[in-house]
Amino acid sequence: MATDKPVKIRNKKKLFGDILAYLLLIIIALVCAGPFIWLLLSSLRVGANIYSLNFKLSDFSLENFTGVISYMNLPMYVGNTVIITVAAIVLDVVFSAMCAYPLAMMDFKGKNIIFGTLVATMIIPAAAGMIVNYLIISKLHLLNTFLGVILPSSVKAFSIILMRQAYLGVPKELVEAARIDGAGELRTWAQIMVPGIMPSISTIIIFDFIGNWNSFLWPIIVLQDPNKYPLATALQYLNGSFSYKFGYVAAGTIISIIPVLIVFMICQKNYIEAVSGAVKG
Amino acid sequence: MRTKATKMKTRRTINAYGFMAPALILILVFTIIPIIGSLILMFYDYSVLGTTKFIGIKNFIKAFQDRVFLISIKNSVLFVIVVPIIQILSILLAVLVNRNLPGMNIFRTLFYIPVVTSMVAVSIIWGFIFDSNGVINIFLQNAGIISMPLGFLSSKFGAMPCIMFITVWQGLGYYMMMYLAGLQGIPGELCEAARIDGADSLIVFTRIKLPLLKPYIWFCSLNSVISAVGVFDVVFVLTKGGPNNATMVINYYSYTKAFSDFQFGYAAAIGAVQAIVTTILSIVVFAYGKKGGMTNGD
Repeated sequence: MATDKPVKIRNKKKLFGDILAYLLLIIIALVCAGPFIWLLLSSLRVGANIYSLNFKLSDFSLENFTGVISYMNLPMYVGNTVIITVAAIVLDVVFSAMCAYPLAMMDFKGKNIIFGTLVATMIIPAAAGMIVNYLIISKLHLLNTFLGVILPSSVKAFSIILMRQAYLGVPKELVEAARIDGAGELRTWAQIMVPGIMPSISTIIIFDFIGNWNSFLWPIIVLQDPNKYPLATALQYLNGSFSYKFGYVAAGTIISIIPVLIVFMICQKNYIEAVSGAVKG
Repeated sequence: MRTKATKMKTRRTINAYGFMAPALILILVFTIIPIIGSLILMFYDYSVLGTTKFIGIKNFIKAFQDRVFLISIKNSVLFVIVVPIIQILSILLAVLVNRNLPGMNIFRTLFYIPVVTSMVAVSIIWGFIFDSNGVINIFLQNAGIISMPLGFLSSKFGAMPCIMFITVWQGLGYYMMMYLAGLQGIPGELCEAARIDGADSLIVFTRIKLPLLKPYIWFCSLNSVISAVGVFDVVFVLTKGGPNNATMVINYYSYTKAFSDFQFGYAAAIGAVQAIVTTILSIVVFAYGKKGGMTNGD
């Protein structure tokens, strides 16, 4: 009897706390996701005043989507984005995986200097070198080419360091066994090491996908021909020139967000672990 | 024997560099040379069309006589106000989503969505919400709070707070996840023991959780300072530094000098000043953290 009462009070207090927590969560969720939902609703509305707050079912149609796809030639921009994103990911994964291998598994001259330099470049923001990067790209005659967009930000010191860490976790016996079997360095790397670090590779692919898909500034600087723009850059361009066609801009924005959202939803566990692991590492 | 060992070592070194060459060449050309290059470029009068000549520190002298540049520094330093706001809010948010409630993962994901969305999309959305015909104005007018629409982004006083708000809105989820990782690393017995000793939730939070989060607070604040001084995308998409330079920040100013006015040397000098401002503010964060300011005065 004596112990019954405090437990009840505690339960009541807990229930009250939980309700309060849910209330707060829902309000914050509305603040975070509300703008997206509103954008989605706007993109589905045609004819009516897009600013008006009265949503009528009869106003809804996919006209803005079909409009922006044909009018803005959206498939072309999606194609450009896919080319740039895929190429940047492939370069980063292959070259970083190669580069990280000796840093983790071999003993050679200059190892510490190279590792230190890589860490140092991670601290300096990419914007610092943007101007000279532009001059280099122009000297290499890569202005207005996809290669000029892709190369500068493809290989990341972050990826190399992440993969080096992952290689260290591959069982040494596997490597020794491969060596005894007479496998060369290249075969050991390709057949033993790379399969051993697949989780890290998938993390890097997600990071690179989101980063490259969303990047818009460097493409504006390098590309002079708007037909080569990736999606984010094209949207910025569309928003600047056709802001009166907000339905189109809204539809285009929704289309540009969807792939990133899908990738994020599928890989979120992996992604979030990698993001928060950065502090410990 | 010895020569054989050295031979082996040389071979291994060659092997190693063979593996590293593609990545190292790309990083050298597109990361290291640009950084060193801009350190040199800032002492030159370099433009694509004109001639290049060494002018010593004249770019810096010019910068400090340039009214817009001084405004941009002031605005960038002012912008750093978002750092404590973002950090405090995201710590509180992390505590909230750290509760063990059904459906919490859905909320965490929702809060994270702004982080993975491109700044262009984010700016387009908010630009439209803040528009003088936008949702907020219509809402305020319908509620009878204002009679004339407010031009949030086109007003001298409104633009900067709007840009800050968008930055906080987009950054919250990222730092929330960081702090959540930190909170989940705290052993549960520690908090349980304190509770048995009679500590309430507030004391557990300020005396146990906050001090243990300290490395995370450092890391996040530093990160946040660096990106606050370097704020660019949202300004580029929404205000272009306007109205009347109200949102002109260093990074955007440097960009316009380089890619609108083609004064590359001058732009590099401004970039160097940005690096110096970032470093000074980072040191402030460090000093503050060391003094214990982040651990509730202990």
